[in-house]
Amino acid sequence: MKKEEKQTIFFNNKPYIIGYYSIVGPKEGKGTLGEYFSEVSDDDFFGQKTYEKAERTMLEKALKGAVDNAGVSYDDIKLFLSGDLLNQIISSSYAARTINIPYVGVFGACSTMAESLALGSCLVDGGHFETVACATSSHFSTAERQFRFPLELGNQRPPTAQWTVTGSGADIISSKGKGPRIISATFGKVVDFGISDVNNMGAAMAPAACDTLLTLFKDTKTKPEDYDLILSGDLGKLGSEILIDLMEYHGVKLGLNYKDCGQIIFKRNQNVLMGGSGCGCSATVLNSIIMKKLISGEYKKVIFMATGALLSTLSCQQGDTVPGIAHAIVIEGDNNE
Amino acid sequence: MDEIERNKRYNSYVEAKIAKTHAWPSLFNAFWVGGLICTLGQVFNDLILYIFPNVSTQSAWAYTLIILIFLASFLTGIGVFDKIGAFAGAGTIVPITGFSNSITSPAIEFKNEGIIFGMCAKMFIIAGPVIVSGTVASMIVGLIYLIF
Repeated sequence: MKKEEKQTIFFNNKPYIIGYYSIVGPKEGKGTLGEYFSEVSDDDFFGQKTYEKAERTMLEKALKGAVDNAGVSYDDIKLFLSGDLLNQIISSSYAARTINIPYVGVFGACSTMAESLALGSCLVDGGHFETVACATSSHFSTAERQFRFPLELGNQRPPTAQWTVTGSGADIISSKGKGPRIISATFGKVVDFGISDVNNMGAAMAPAACDTLLTLFKDTKTKPEDYDLILSGDLGKLGSEILIDLMEYHGVKLGLNYKDCGQIIFKRNQNVLMGGSGCGCSATVLNSIIMKKLISGEYKKVIFMATGALLSTLSCQQGDTVPGIAHAIVIEGDNNE
Repeated sequence: MDEIERNKRYNSYVEAKIAKTHAWPSLFNAFWVGGLICTLGQVFNDLILYIFPNVSTQSAWAYTLIILIFLASFLTGIGVFDKIGAFAGAGTIVPITGFSNSITSPAIEFKNEGIIFGMCAKMFIIAGPVIVSGTVASMIVGLIYLIF
């Protein structure tokens, strides 16, 4: 029987992550994690004519890479779960057009990697599918164009702004095989603390991250010290500091094992202000250094919590505040039996 | 604690948490780059009058503007202007160079969506409001001039 505790689902069969892949653009390749990514492109057009086409090419490559990494073929993948930041999630849907696999588009803004992994794990654990693929992508130039200003406009970025990561990550989850295992998933609520500055996503998402993390600790009856790593998605420098403050306010102290993907992906001198953001940020960090360390056994238990800001350009122009969301999964390292 | 009160407290907490930007370095860069652009304009203006003595002062102004607009537009096209703009802020935005950049950059950006609905339609997304407020302001000034 499946134990369900409020927002957290515990997986009896603990699905395996049998394959993973990350692909990034040139700027990310020059960042701190450059050597860990599966593939670094030196062309942010990825050989395409437009950035939108580039983003979906990147996603296709990530999926192909993950399938190869898992040592399976496309025929073995029974479902493809994917989402991205562009209107009507075109990167995912157009990437799915090129493969002959049933597709479910998901949207959780920058939380999509955790969202798709959590959903994928549920489907695999429930025995409905043997093997599914989960993926997401983001591209600096497509996001910038959709949410902000033209690339060549000579404006200054506010100090709280973040830099959308050009990158895509994909995972293959299966009930059979070998690899790190997903042991639980915590689905987050939409939380809005009234931040209306669209250039301050970290502050808008931190309350949602806090809510999900507190729920996770409560539902799983664990403490931050029980994990080798607590990884948030793209809160950035300001957002993760706020999260630490909020957690402390609720009596939970996050220690040195807490890290934020947005903060670690770029180097300090890369002029990215508060750090990285976007679906690709958490997806590529997870599917590079984190997966490698989970497989090598350096990490035994990791919380992967991706955060998303659920706004649109329309909602913010109409003066609405920015709602946040955070989904979390707990991954167990390879050598944990 | 009700939601409005909570949000208010959170917003003021975040406000306090944001690292303050230092105004003086930004102002300094804006002033010297802005000043340089204006000096450059004056140089062009004087050169035109020197080389073509028959040109009226009025026309020389127009030609100067055209040169500055062209230069800003050209630098936008080769991907240099956004870097200068990020450095100098208002220093490049306030002179006519900023206006030129605000038209050229969306034109480049949206050309993939087609000439008519992409480039032509989106060309004024940044400059549009400036043109509107400029027109409205001149109407108000004109009315005041008419009355008094």
